[in-house]
Amino acid sequence: MDLLLDISKIDMVFPTPKGDFTALKEVDLKIHKGEFISLIGHSGCGKSTVLNVVAGLYQATKGGVLLNNKYVTEPGPERAVVFQNHSLLPWLTAYQNVELAVKQVFKKTMNSREMKEWIEHNLKLVHMDHAIHKRPDEISGGMKQRVGIARALAMQPEVLLMDEPFGALDALTRAHMQDSLMEIQEELNNTVIMITHDVDEAVLLSDRIVMMTNGPAATVGEILDVNLPRPRDRISLAQDAEYNRLRSAVLTFLYEKQRKVETISSREKVASSSTQKVDVA
Amino acid sequence: MTTLINKFISLEQGSSLLLELKRLLMTRLQAIVLPTVGVACFLIIWSLAANAIDTSLGKFPGPKAVGTQIVNLYQEHVAEREKEAAFYQRQEVRNAKRLAKDPSYQPKIRAYTGKETFIDQIGTSLVTVLSGFIVAAIIAIPLGIAVGLSKALNTAINPIIQIFKPVSPLAWLPLVTMVVSAVYVSPEPLLAKSFVNSMITVTLCCIWPMVINTSVGVAAINQDWVNVSRVLRLPSLVHVQKIVLPASIPAIFTGMRLSLGIAWMVLIAAEMLAQNPGLGKFVWDEFQNGSSQSLSRIMTAVFVIGFIGFLLDRGMLQLQRILSWDKDSAKR
Repeated sequence: MDLLLDISKIDMVFPTPKGDFTALKEVDLKIHKGEFISLIGHSGCGKSTVLNVVAGLYQATKGGVLLNNKYVTEPGPERAVVFQNHSLLPWLTAYQNVELAVKQVFKKTMNSREMKEWIEHNLKLVHMDHAIHKRPDEISGGMKQRVGIARALAMQPEVLLMDEPFGALDALTRAHMQDSLMEIQEELNNTVIMITHDVDEAVLLSDRIVMMTNGPAATVGEILDVNLPRPRDRISLAQDAEYNRLRSAVLTFLYEKQRKVETISSREKVASSSTQKVDVA
Repeated sequence: MTTLINKFISLEQGSSLLLELKRLLMTRLQAIVLPTVGVACFLIIWSLAANAIDTSLGKFPGPKAVGTQIVNLYQEHVAEREKEAAFYQRQEVRNAKRLAKDPSYQPKIRAYTGKETFIDQIGTSLVTVLSGFIVAAIIAIPLGIAVGLSKALNTAINPIIQIFKPVSPLAWLPLVTMVVSAVYVSPEPLLAKSFVNSMITVTLCCIWPMVINTSVGVAAINQDWVNVSRVLRLPSLVHVQKIVLPASIPAIFTGMRLSLGIAWMVLIAAEMLAQNPGLGKFVWDEFQNGSSQSLSRIMTAVFVIGFIGFLLDRGMLQLQRILSWDKDSAKR
């Protein structure tokens, strides 16, 4: 497989009134085309920071991100982001929200009829074709997130970045959205980096699970390959030995990390990490 | 047995329907009755108090006197209009006669110069406040957006805004008057100087609340929306047009409603002070006139001023309902 994205030894240091705070230390990750990567770790460990650096919303203090061997310096539609809080523009309908992206990305390559078809195609892909002309405040949280995904997919990104896309949804809606995402993934075979704090979600969706150590100076702890055959079915997987092995591997990692915070770090470290969580999140 | 149960259920439903109806009727009644009671109490207290106050111009006007004056003022307006129509008709007849005698005669129409009626003054004040307000909006909204977007500009301009904001526009009035008479010289002015004076005064008091509210609204824009714009690499102008402007519409409208309310109050005072045509001048003229009717006419003007101020605010609210996506902020 060809290397698509190279996150090369990035450090992220935030200046704070109390001095510099190192959020990330030598985070190093290589991602191939068509891979689905989950970033998992405790809250405040800098998962979002990694994603924001890849998106170009933050600049790494040291190291950098290469996409197709090109250095990432600013945000761009080839690295579309699905934000945790859907971040749809509330004054636009679902259609118009996607349209804003399509018009910007394909203004030179598509005519208006093609654009219309492309927008409708993407909304259909996320099963939102019945509520195309609804505003965000007229649809449910899950539906908003679907439109958010449609908007990101409509940019035809090389990498799709998802920041806890289903974190704000209830369990049933979340399961439904995960199935939808797998279905879309089967069709489009996008390269995806998804942040999650849900172990089942990570195992169910990913090709690789990247587990991050606790901050400050968080880095990649372990990487777990998930070789479960696709398509995956959540019900039959529940009995699957390999699925349960992977699941417990992630849980063990997180559980041990959790213990590490309590045993190893001194009192002052705990205090500093709790005050600086705000910057990282 | 089942029929009995059915009967019971229908009875239950019927009574609950009746209860629902009763509750609805109560809320409706409250919405009508309570304001009516309030107004009635006010009228009673007002007329009692008015009867008790003797001034050098007679008794303080009560509700009845004001009612009479409303009719009076309207009749005066109608009479004045009739006089005007007659005046123009006389001129036309005279011109026609002269033309018949002498075909080379160039007919002249002289403008009617009668006294402005109460209703004319209302019109003048409304036109003045709206033009001043629109001029202010044209200046303040782009400025507010620029200040909201740029921290440097905000730091640079903020002290000036903070110092000018608390100044009563009436303090500007003498300066405005002098500057306008010095700068605005043309043989046939399109707009009367008095109108320009009042309008600039209104503009001066409208600008600050609008700039401040717009800039606060722009600065407080949801970071996620800004990130969406960054990911899409929207050019700055498109960013302002598609993201910043719609996002800050609720805040802009808050500023506009605030400043229109202040502007209406200030305009009346400015018209009184500068003797510029409008409702303020009407009040001042009546006060100087000092007839037995003066106080009741002023009292009528007070109510009209209040009512128009109320309508202006409702108008802005209606406009906000149409233009703003945030229906919650447009409820009150």
